[in-house]
Amino acid sequence: MSTRAVSLSRLAPAALGLGALLAVTAVVEFLIRFGFINRFIVPLPSQIAASFERLVLEEHIAHRFVVTFQECLLAALLIAVVGVATGALLHRFDLLRRATETWIAATAAAPTVLMYPLFMVIFGRNATTIVAMAFVAGLPPVILKTIEGLSGTRRVLIDVGRSFNLTQNQMFWKILFPAAMPTIFVGLKLGLIFALINVVGIEFLINFGGLGQLINDLAERYDLAGTYAAICFVILVSVVFFIVIERIERWLRPAD
Amino acid sequence: MAATGRLTRAVITSALVGPVTLVRVVIVVVLLAGWEALAASGLLYRDVVPSLRAIGSAVAALLAWPNYYFHLGVTAAEIGLALLTGGVSGLLAGLALGRSRFLARAFEPYLYYLGPTPKIIFFPIMIMWFGVGPGSKVALGALSCFFPVALSVAAGMRQIDPVLIRVGRSFRARSWQMAWKIYLPAMRHPIINGVRLGLGVALIGTLLAETKLSNRGIGFLIIQAYSLFDMPRMYAMLVVLFVLAVGANALVGRLGGLDSIKRF
Repeated sequence: MSTRAVSLSRLAPAALGLGALLAVTAVVEFLIRFGFINRFIVPLPSQIAASFERLVLEEHIAHRFVVTFQECLLAALLIAVVGVATGALLHRFDLLRRATETWIAATAAAPTVLMYPLFMVIFGRNATTIVAMAFVAGLPPVILKTIEGLSGTRRVLIDVGRSFNLTQNQMFWKILFPAAMPTIFVGLKLGLIFALINVVGIEFLINFGGLGQLINDLAERYDLAGTYAAICFVILVSVVFFIVIERIERWLRPAD
Repeated sequence: MAATGRLTRAVITSALVGPVTLVRVVIVVVLLAGWEALAASGLLYRDVVPSLRAIGSAVAALLAWPNYYFHLGVTAAEIGLALLTGGVSGLLAGLALGRSRFLARAFEPYLYYLGPTPKIIFFPIMIMWFGVGPGSKVALGALSCFFPVALSVAAGMRQIDPVLIRVGRSFRARSWQMAWKIYLPAMRHPIINGVRLGLGVALIGTLLAETKLSNRGIGFLIIQAYSLFDMPRMYAMLVVLFVLAVGANALVGRLGGLDSIKRF
């Protein structure tokens, strides 16, 4: 009885959410079919669903997905390596950290993505610009969270390391770094999200590369249903991406 | 008296040339010198790294150019409207989700996962719905702003001390009184934080939309400088923009945070 009640209390809201989504879609379909909404502004949801096939067959969406994914991966790797290393360095040299931490926090708040025309001049209209922009946007949270994680190591753990007479190197790899891992992953998660947003956004803005360019292409051809379908696809991909990152984060975090 | 004077003077001087400040000055000087050396070296294409003097005079020229303030006004108005529409709808959605566990379970996952998706890709749709003018930029900014405000308000509402709510109930406050006198003051920090996040993304959304398609505003000026290859001007505009953006962010934080700490 109680397990049924629990599963019901979980299922009912999910059903409402999904139901509301489907209901809105159905209402929009109805409104367009009966001419309340101009179908040259909002295409029929059924048309959008139908044009997915076209995206796969004619627009090589799988290949574009791989291109975008590679750019994200490269940016993510750069962010992880440079971000964690910089964070560790700033943690090691406290004076440097105190001098620069507020600056890094300020760059995290600044609209760095607006520098993309500058990056286009420096690197050209190519994948380097996209990766570089994603790198710059995703770096600050990783640095800040690495510092936070390393500084937050519990005193007891550090004392244990001292009592074993660990060298500074051993201390970092055996005590500080593992202890900071969960916090660093929070930073990496943020960095990855920023990287993805920037990769897709810059692809769209500079009309180059994978999924972002596809949306721009279809919009410029005034392929309405295709544009909507491509946007839905990108949203879907990002959502799956976030869910996967969260799962990985939960899986890596030590059970405490 | 004299002792206090000496003490404050000592504090001031140590703050002025403390080791942190010294390191900061060194970093800035090294960066600027490196920049100047790079500009003079000719390793990169001409003007990709303009000399500091060129950037400085471009900043001065920009600030002295009356038309710049027109474009700044257009962008500020767009961001303001985006923050207003996106913020108010986000606030209402957040209040609805924060009040009801059931609604939160039903709809918050959608907001949570849609929140960090790249909003600029909705720009083609916004152009179709709201035209090529400022309307589509405001819409994109509002769309960006909605999610962080809604999520922050919903989370903040759930963290309100139950005692406060019981106090309100025991005074038999009406629902609008509850909202106005209990919920909103108690949620001040999450709301301000949401507005701060919202301001950041609204600014980015609006300006990126301007760089994509527009004929006025700061984003338009930046992309115009790009197509004319007027690099000092582009640097000048980015510098001024970053100062304004970081300043606005700090201002919202100060209005919400420090102010209340002093008062209580």
